[in-house]
Amino acid sequence: MKLYINSVGIISPSLQASGEWQLPRVDENYLTCIEPDYTQWIQPQQLRRMSRIMKMGTTAALMAVKTGASKPDAIIAGTAYGCLEDTATFLTKIIELNEEALNPTPFMQSTHNTIAAQIALLQNCQGYNQTYVHGAFSFEHALLDAGMLLTDTPAQTILTGGVDELTKAGHAIHSRFNKYRKQNTPYLISPAGDGTWAGEGAAFFMLSGANESTVAIADVHTFMASSSEQAFQQLDNFLKQNQLDTDAIDFLLTGKNGDQKNDLFYDQLIDVRFSDQAFGAYKHLCGEYSTSTAFATALAYTILKHQTVPVSVLNGSLNTPIKTLLIYNTYGPHHSLILLTV
Amino acid sequence: MSSGVYVAGAGALSAIGHSYATSFLALENSTHGIRPLSLLSSIYSGTLPVGEVKLSNEQLAAQAGLAKPITRTALLGIHAAREAIVDSGLDIKKWRTGFISATTVGGMDRTEVFFPDFLKDNTQGILSDVIHHGCGATTDLIAQALGITDFTTTINTACSSSANAIMLGARLIRQNKLDVVVAGGTDSLTRFTVNGFKSLMILSDELCQPFDASRKGLNLGEGAGFVVLVSSRVLQEENLKAKALLTGFANTNDAYHQTASSPDGRGSFAAMQNALTMAGLTTSEIDYINLHGTGTLNNDLSEGTAIARLFAEKIPAMSSTKSFTGHTLGACGGLEAVFSVMAIEHQCVFANLRFETTMPEVNIPPQTKFEHKTVNHVMSNSFGFGGNCSSLIFSRPSVG
Amino acid sequence: MEQLMADLKVQIIEALNLKHLKPEDIGDDQPLFIEGLGLDSIDALELIVLLQQKHNTKIANAQDGPKIFKSVRSIAEYVRANQAAA
Repeated sequence: MKLYINSVGIISPSLQASGEWQLPRVDENYLTCIEPDYTQWIQPQQLRRMSRIMKMGTTAALMAVKTGASKPDAIIAGTAYGCLEDTATFLTKIIELNEEALNPTPFMQSTHNTIAAQIALLQNCQGYNQTYVHGAFSFEHALLDAGMLLTDTPAQTILTGGVDELTKAGHAIHSRFNKYRKQNTPYLISPAGDGTWAGEGAAFFMLSGANESTVAIADVHTFMASSSEQAFQQLDNFLKQNQLDTDAIDFLLTGKNGDQKNDLFYDQLIDVRFSDQAFGAYKHLCGEYSTSTAFATALAYTILKHQTVPVSVLNGSLNTPIKTLLIYNTYGPHHSLILLTV
Repeated sequence: MSSGVYVAGAGALSAIGHSYATSFLALENSTHGIRPLSLLSSIYSGTLPVGEVKLSNEQLAAQAGLAKPITRTALLGIHAAREAIVDSGLDIKKWRTGFISATTVGGMDRTEVFFPDFLKDNTQGILSDVIHHGCGATTDLIAQALGITDFTTTINTACSSSANAIMLGARLIRQNKLDVVVAGGTDSLTRFTVNGFKSLMILSDELCQPFDASRKGLNLGEGAGFVVLVSSRVLQEENLKAKALLTGFANTNDAYHQTASSPDGRGSFAAMQNALTMAGLTTSEIDYINLHGTGTLNNDLSEGTAIARLFAEKIPAMSSTKSFTGHTLGACGGLEAVFSVMAIEHQCVFANLRFETTMPEVNIPPQTKFEHKTVNHVMSNSFGFGGNCSSLIFSRPSVG
Repeated sequence: MEQLMADLKVQIIEALNLKHLKPEDIGDDQPLFIEGLGLDSIDALELIVLLQQKHNTKIANAQDGPKIFKSVRSIAEYVRANQAAA
C-alpha cells in the first residue's frame, strides 16, 4: 500500500514548512526548533494552556492540513516521551507541595495522547484517533497504522506525524548516559566524535491512498537486531518484498548521529550493501531524538520532490534522477526502514 | 469466517484477583477489591479507596523469574500476559507473533523514586530508576520476558489505550501481517496519577458508584489484562478452543473538550454504532455492555446518554466492573475485554456494585446482581481524556 | 473588597495565562465562563487551586465552582465569607 504524501507540516531546527531551510544553530550540544509565531495558527484562547510540544505538534499538523487539499479523516501521532515538560512540572509540584493543592493543567496535558487529541479538537475531526508511544518506533508505527487504514479505505486522508521535545530535565538525564558531545564542535557527522547532539522536532504529513501527489511512502519496517548480520538480513528481506535490491536505492538517508560508536554500523552498512549508492545523513539538521525519522521523512519528501540533495546532507556524489530513497535509522537495538518513491 | 479474529487465551490481574479464574470468582460472588491505599507511599495512604494489586514488586519479580524488581507496570504486564499465553496453549514461537501493550504511566513508578534526588541536584538520582521511564520501554521489558520478537508496539490514548491495543492486534491479523497477537494493557498505581486525578477533583473518597444518581467520582485501580488473538488458520491448525470472537471494533474522537465528554456522548455513540456496523449486529442483539462507567458525573452521564439514544429500543444488561477493580486507566480496556470474554465463556452478566438510584437525566438502570443468562454478544466500552472513544464487540464462537 | 477584586483579576490572568487580557479588561460582574471570558472546567479547577494557595480558601466540591466563579465579584464575596484564619 503506497501512502501518497499530499502535504507536509514541519517545525524543526533547520527545515521549515515552506520548504526553506537553514543550517541550525548549535547550543553546546543540542539543537532546538525554529518556532513560528503560533498566534498565526492557533487562537490565544487555545494557545494559553499549551506547552511547547503541544504548540509544535499541533501547529505542524495545522501546517500540513492547510497546504493539503482536504481535511483529515483520521489522526495518528507518534511520540516517544509525549509532553515531557508538563510531566516534569507535575512531578516537581508533587514533591514541592507534598501532594497538596496541585494545579491540574500539567497533569491533564502530560498524557501522550494530548497532541493528537488537540489536533482533533482544532480540526473537529471525529474519526479514528491514535497515539503510538513506542520509543524509537513511535513514528514508524504511526505510518504502519496509516497504511493499514488506507489499505481498507484508500480514498481518505490520514494526518500522521511524529513529535518529541527537548527539555532541560530530559537533556540532563540523557547527558548522564554520555549520549552527547562534551566538546563544542561545528560539525556533527564528519568527522564523527564522542557523542551526538540532542534534538527535537515535529513533522506531520497528510497521507492518502489515492494518487494525488507523486511522492509516496512505499513501505515501512521496524525490527530489533542484536548484530549487523541480523540487520542486513532484515534489510535484504525488506527490499525483496518490495521487489528491489540495494542497487535500486538511488539515495540512502542514514541516521548517522556523529557518535563514532553508533556510526560504525552505518559505515559497515554502506560498505557491505550500498558501496555504489549515493548516501547521506540528516541528524546534524535536527539532532538525535526518538522520532527524528519524521524529520527524515520530511527531508526525503523535499529531496524527491525537488530532485536535489542539500550539500550538507549529501556525502559523495549523486546520480539523478532520484526515484527511490531509503531511510535507515537505528537507535540501540531498534532498527527502522522507511522506503520512499517518486 | 476466514477473516475472523479469535480470542484463544486471556489473562487478568487486578485488585479482585491474580488470575482469570480468581477474577471470575470475585465477579461471580460480587466481591470488590477496593481498599484504602496501602502499598503505594503517598499522603493518601490509609485513606484513599483504590483497587491495588496486593502483590509487592519483589513478589511479582520472583514470580516473573527476575532477580530484582523492574517497573511495576512491566511486572503486572508480565504476569497477566504470560497467563494469557499459557491459557491459549499455543506455542507462540511457531507463528508470526506480535505483542501490543498499552500504558499511560509506563515506568513512572520508578521515575518517582528517581526524581526527588534529581530535583535537588541533577547529577543525582539512580539512573537505573529512570531508564524505563518511556511507555515503550515497559512494553519491551514485557515482550522480552515473553520471548516475542516479531512485532512489538505501545499505544497511549489515555483510558481507552488497551481497547485500541486489542483493535490494532485484530487489524494486523485481518490484514495478514501477523498470525498471533498478545494484546491488552497494564498500568500501576503511581503518586503521579493519584495526585493527577485528585487535582482534577474526580476522585471519590468513598467507594465509587458508577451510573448512580449520587455518584461522587472514581476510584483508581491498577492491573493488567491481555488476550491472545489468533487468526482462523492458527485456530484450526493448532486445534485451539476459542473463548470468543472479536467481531466488531471502532475508534472515534469526541472532539469536544480536552477532558470533558460531550453532553450527548457523540464520540461514544459513534464508536458503539460503528462497532455494531462492523459486526453486522443490531442493537437488540447485544446481550451485555461492559460500561466504561468510571463513576464521574461527566463520563457516566455522557456514556449513559449515548447508550439511551443508541439502544432506544431495548437497553441490554450493562454494568461497570470498575465498581470491582477501580479505574485501571491504561489497563482497563484490556481487563474489561477479559471480563467480557468471561461473560461469554460462563454465559453470565456481572453486577454494577453499589447501584441505588438511576441518573435522573437518563433512566437506564444497570445490572445489580450476578446472573446467568444467554450471552451471545458483548460490547466493551473504553473512553479517555482527549475525547478518545473505543468500543469492542466480542461474540460467542458458536454464533459469531 | 475593591482591592481583593483587583488582586483577583491579576491573579486570574496569571494563573490561567490570559496574556491577551489586562486586569481592566475584566469587569467586576462580567461572566467568566463560556459567554464571558470563555473559561472552561479546567480553568475552574485552576481557580480552585488559586483560591486555596493565594487566599487560604477551600472549595471542597468542584460542583460548587460554577456558582462561585460567576464573576470576579462573586469570587471575592466567597473568599470574604469562607477564608480560613491565617
